Amino acid sequence: MPDLLIELFSEEIPARMQARAAEDLKKRVTDGLVGAGLTYAGAAALSTPRRLTLAVDGLLAESPTIREERKGPKVGAPDKAIEGFLRGSGLTRDQLEERDTPKGAVYFALIEKPGRAAAEIIAEVLEDCIRNFPWPKSMRWGAGSLRWVRPLHSILCILSDEAGASVVDLDIDGIKSGSTTRGHRFMAPEEITVTGFDDYAAKLKRAHVVLDPRERAEAIWQEAANQAFANGLDVVEDKGLLAEVAGLVEWPVVLMGAIDEEFLELPPEVLQTSMKEHQKFFSVRNPKTGRIEKFITVANCETADNGATILAGNQKVLSARLADAKFFWTNDLRVANSEAGMSAWVENLGNVTFHNKLGTQAARIDRIAALAREIAPVVGADADLAEQAARVAKADLSSEMVYEFPELQGLMGRYYAEAAGLPQEVANACEAHYSPLGPGDDVPSEPVSVAVALADKLDTLTGFWAIDEKPTGSKDPFALRRAALGVIRLALENEVRMPLDRFFDSQLLRTEMNVNHSEGSMGQAMLNDLIAKIAKHGVFGAAFKEVQASALGGTDLPSPIEGLDTKVPDISANLLSFFHDRLKVFLRDQGIRHDVIDACIAMDGNDDLTLLAKRARALEDFLKTEDGTNLLQGFKRANNILSQAEEKDGVEYSYGADRKFVEDATETALFDALEAGGAAISPAIEAEDFAAAMRGMAALRAPIDAFFDAVQVNADSEVVRRNRLNLLSQIRQVCGQVADLTKIEG
Amino acid sequence: MTQTNGAPRSFQEIILRLQNYWAAKGCAVMQPYDMEVGAGTFHPATTLRSLGSKAWAAAYVQPSRRPTDGRYGENPNRLQHYYQYQVLIKPSPPNLQELYLGSLEAIGVDMAMHDIRFVEDDWESPTLGAWGLGWEVWCDGMEVSQFTYFQQVGGHDCHPVSGELTYGLERLAMYVLGVDHVMEMPFNDPDAMIPLTYGDIFKQTEEEYARWNFDVANTEVLLRYFEEAEAECAAILAQEHQDPKTGKRIIMAHPAYDQCIKASHIFNLLDARGVISVTERQAYIGRVRALAKQCADAFVLTEAGGFTAGNAA
Repeated sequence: MPDLLIELFSEEIPARMQARAAEDLKKRVTDGLVGAGLTYAGAAALSTPRRLTLAVDGLLAESPTIREERKGPKVGAPDKAIEGFLRGSGLTRDQLEERDTPKGAVYFALIEKPGRAAAEIIAEVLEDCIRNFPWPKSMRWGAGSLRWVRPLHSILCILSDEAGASVVDLDIDGIKSGSTTRGHRFMAPEEITVTGFDDYAAKLKRAHVVLDPRERAEAIWQEAANQAFANGLDVVEDKGLLAEVAGLVEWPVVLMGAIDEEFLELPPEVLQTSMKEHQKFFSVRNPKTGRIEKFITVANCETADNGATILAGNQKVLSARLADAKFFWTNDLRVANSEAGMSAWVENLGNVTFHNKLGTQAARIDRIAALAREIAPVVGADADLAEQAARVAKADLSSEMVYEFPELQGLMGRYYAEAAGLPQEVANACEAHYSPLGPGDDVPSEPVSVAVALADKLDTLTGFWAIDEKPTGSKDPFALRRAALGVIRLALENEVRMPLDRFFDSQLLRTEMNVNHSEGSMGQAMLNDLIAKIAKHGVFGAAFKEVQASALGGTDLPSPIEGLDTKVPDISANLLSFFHDRLKVFLRDQGIRHDVIDACIAMDGNDDLTLLAKRARALEDFLKTEDGTNLLQGFKRANNILSQAEEKDGVEYSYGADRKFVEDATETALFDALEAGGAAISPAIEAEDFAAAMRGMAALRAPIDAFFDAVQVNADSEVVRRNRLNLLSQIRQVCGQVADLTKIEG
Repeated sequence: MTQTNGAPRSFQEIILRLQNYWAAKGCAVMQPYDMEVGAGTFHPATTLRSLGSKAWAAAYVQPSRRPTDGRYGENPNRLQHYYQYQVLIKPSPPNLQELYLGSLEAIGVDMAMHDIRFVEDDWESPTLGAWGLGWEVWCDGMEVSQFTYFQQVGGHDCHPVSGELTYGLERLAMYVLGVDHVMEMPFNDPDAMIPLTYGDIFKQTEEEYARWNFDVANTEVLLRYFEEAEAECAAILAQEHQDPKTGKRIIMAHPAYDQCIKASHIFNLLDARGVISVTERQAYIGRVRALAKQCADAFVLTEAGGFTAGNAA
């Protein structure tokens, strides 16, 4: 049984693509071989920056012969039919066999597909693999049209057994297969002829190539940890960086160098980001001081001076990079410590457009600050601090450090706010207000941070809703789903009780006013008045009418306020339903059924997400109990009977039932239970004690069941029937205080 | 004359060695383009000549400006005005990596002592509507060159593919010469009659331009220039192919492309002044790209762009 060795040797393959490419090579080639009847014992794929290698052992020397019997047309069938059969089977008429069957003489074709030599199959499979390789990005080079990740230089493809090795012939756009490869680009560039995998791996190692990426990564990590340990230091773990670095070298040589003293005062995040992003260095920390003091770099070759030149070069590059970072840091601190402080940056943001339909960053910050102030009391934050924090939270976008390292936004804001001597809550909000960014990100809990984080996200959402830039399908260029999820998590995890509608309305008004530059027609005073009225009424329309009446004596409103009385509530409602969709997704992940959420969304106060989630959780729990399931059945039965009757009779049975028409003890019991239930559930709902409300509903289960067991609602007596329907209506009404159970499926 | 053996001694010697090396390899050694550009790629010898089917091989120094990189001459290797060395060969030869490494040896980089690496860097110029795959070449952790196989320029697929090499001359030279600060680098021979350092020549201009770029440049004027260049580019390309005066078919791809270069540089200046936001930036880049694309469309209709009367239809 021969072994197969394939190596595709190219110019440097991007580190991040190597592992996947090796696996793709293995899968595509072995699938192809097996598909052609060549089974094998084992296969392994390896990669270095310059090669993808596949070793397949215990391969069949040839594919098995396949015999197939096909039944054709009857003897004497029209020529056309017979010719078609011959074409399909690839035989001539004299090769067909005639056989007697119960239906008469029939032609049979005995087709024998002879086995093919492994080499022939491999050549086909490999060519197909190379031509259709699933690189995430591929390219052409020279004057050719072949695509590979970078120019492909040679193909090693040999089959070897006891008798020796032979090349599997292959020619892809002029690249001919052979039995040779090359060692390390600089340390052993000569051609190497190999006879099989073991020979190949051993010769490559002698030629300074470690073939296995895991072996390289382990060697790097071991050596880095040892060198750090010898100096009483720790390497900061970074698996992603380790994998990347292992994909950049064929012969790893680990070198540790010191960071110049003058840079040690830079924030550690700056050091780490700069070293990792630009230089692919590991950070080395002093466990005693917590500072990053040294770096680890991984070279690709050994030198006569044991890497001294290389290390010195790397150190020099790092110093230049850090000099840049320090330049930014010093300049930024100068601004932060100046009299104007971070407000100089904010002012500069007046020249920076946030979005062409939503004005400048500075205008946006004004809106966020106003909203943060409005939200502050709801989340228990000091309004002045919340506003102050919102005003500086994005100031660092003008800083030089963030211009250079955008991923440090927020964090630098915190450092600069601290340097400027701003209150700690304000500094913290600079960093925290972007959170939560992803599902794994922590949610801020400090009230000032919560206020600014909410205001930031709500402003983004109302802004893009106002200009009709909503997410569609997979397109969400402004990450609005993420913003809404952020609001949901901020509200739920901090148990914030905020009616979103009111804040949507006021922020939409601010946005409209701000974006339409309408100070002339509706001054700031009027806007503030209107927002205060919305807060008081909680309803946009009423507030709008009141302001309209007082300010303008009920006359027609000038543009652009005109139309806002319908526009704002429409956008608000649409945005709220977007929130409800996001909340459904969020709660579904926590095991709450979407119909349970729907049943709660149908209730009043559904713009208070914390209340909504609380209600949904209680209902979900209740429906999982036996009482819950049965009560739901009882409720549905009552509701169905009632709805049918109401439809048929064309009336609504909501007059209230009268005990004097009671005929059965179960009816009396149901009367009692509903009265008691109503008395228990209303205050529980009032107190938002949903568990108690559910218990109140649970108490209805037995009387409802007993009622349905004992009596016929559609009694002969019309009076009794109506009375019972009115009783059912009471079930609907009492349960309806908790949730809209008609929305529950099943 | 130029020393060709041993270590180079000055910035200009490194440039001369590169010129000699690539001349010996058969490149046409061209001169810098006479306009403000952000990188050597903007030279029409690269941008336009990478288009079409005609073979091409050129090498040249290109003074380049990146206003946002100004550091008043204080940073050891950041400059708002610097030099790039650019090589463009079409079709890319199979031994381009070896040719490149040969050029490093020619300027005194000993491969046995240094760590040379090809690190993935997919090059993309959103303003030129161009992209390619390749690497940053690192020498001991420092990016010394950009190595790219052009796949698309001005929205056109490159057939054949050009190989582009871009050397950051100051950084490379500082490394080779063992200088820590760019301003201390010998520009001419340190033993020359009047030895000049890079700082003697450029320290003052770095200060002047940094101040102007960051704080003084009149943004209103720049915005107007941008609009004008954009309009002029379109106006040039809107002309009939046939010149009414000479009766010849003259498509003015290069003059139009000059306006595109202008718009691109003005955009960089506006960016340095901090008046362009993230969202606006995309719009500006899109406008420059539209110009580059139109210029590329025009160039491929010219003779240098591979147009022949035969494929006129």
